[in-house]
Amino acid sequence: MTDIFDTAAVRASGLGADHALAGALSGRDDILTMTQQAHDAALRPEEPGGLSHAERAALSCRMARMNGEEGLANHFAGLVGGAPGETAQLADPEFSGGDDARMAAILRHTDIVTGDTKSVVAGDIEALKSAGVSEDDIVRLSELVAFISYQIRLTIGLRLMGEAL
Amino acid sequence: MSEVLHDFTTTVPHWRPRVTPIKLEDATPEQLDALKVTPSNTKVSDYVLVLARDSETLRERTPLFNAIMYNRGGMSRAERELGAVGTSVVNRCVYCAAVHASRYNVLAKDTAVMERIFADEEKAELDPRQKAIFDFSVKLSQTPPDVSKADMEGLKNVGLEAEEILDLVLSSALFGWANRLMHTLGDPIENED
Repeated sequence: MTDIFDTAAVRASGLGADHALAGALSGRDDILTMTQQAHDAALRPEEPGGLSHAERAALSCRMARMNGEEGLANHFAGLVGGAPGETAQLADPEFSGGDDARMAAILRHTDIVTGDTKSVVAGDIEALKSAGVSEDDIVRLSELVAFISYQIRLTIGLRLMGEAL
Repeated sequence: MSEVLHDFTTTVPHWRPRVTPIKLEDATPEQLDALKVTPSNTKVSDYVLVLARDSETLRERTPLFNAIMYNRGGMSRAERELGAVGTSVVNRCVYCAAVHASRYNVLAKDTAVMERIFADEEKAELDPRQKAIFDFSVKLSQTPPDVSKADMEGLKNVGLEAEEILDLVLSSALFGWANRLMHTLGDPIENED
């Protein structure tokens, strides 16, 4: 049985088991548990394909920073662990990929889907294919960006509930 | 033929993938498990066949999605759909907005709310409770989200309980996930069926 107060989103929100909202959260323990399972599937899958666990953590840290969500950014930075510098620097929203064309395309797509979803067009998916990102990896990247966007908003919402209610 | 739709509608469009869907006959056991294909349920949409390229995430996503939108208690199903539509308007996911606006209309037995939202989008004027829910969802869906304690107070002041606010956070956030797949991996096109 997962302790919902030990899941990444609830932990980063600062809501503890002693908070007045603990009962409301426990009423949705199935959802918070499944959220953590989705986190594990997106961040640490058994078949990571062309996106390593450390790259996924660094990209997630980048997205959390773009959203001003430091609690989750710290969590993801911890998952990057001792990865080499070229992986760790993906977490810096200012870094655009350097000479690595495939990674530059991945970063560009991560940023636009994270920050300006509505502007994404068919050409953005074509740009990933042209840069050598496989169709499986396009879906893996999309699921990662999409899931993290959900987890960031869940965390921010929970933290605000804890402060205001 | 098959013009890409850019305007919001309550008529659910067809979805044309930008990434090749897997072929069901080639699916691995892991993909079949994630697709929930059984001898009595072999009809699978192109959307889900695209997502099957990442079967580990798809397997977790489907039950989580259903729990957030349909579990008992907390916020009414219609108001969860309103939260979903608020997010889908921000991200301009015409397909998600169509599905969830039409579900709202059936659950709430009312089409005026969605007509106003589709006409005026983020500035739609609604009754105070609907407006507080819709506006919160719109604000949470910005990047970075621009929700504040005042927004939370606003939800409380129109009568939402903590359990309902939690369900609103979940349904709005969930569509931050769904929109980023549906709107980026394919196009909504006119349904010719």
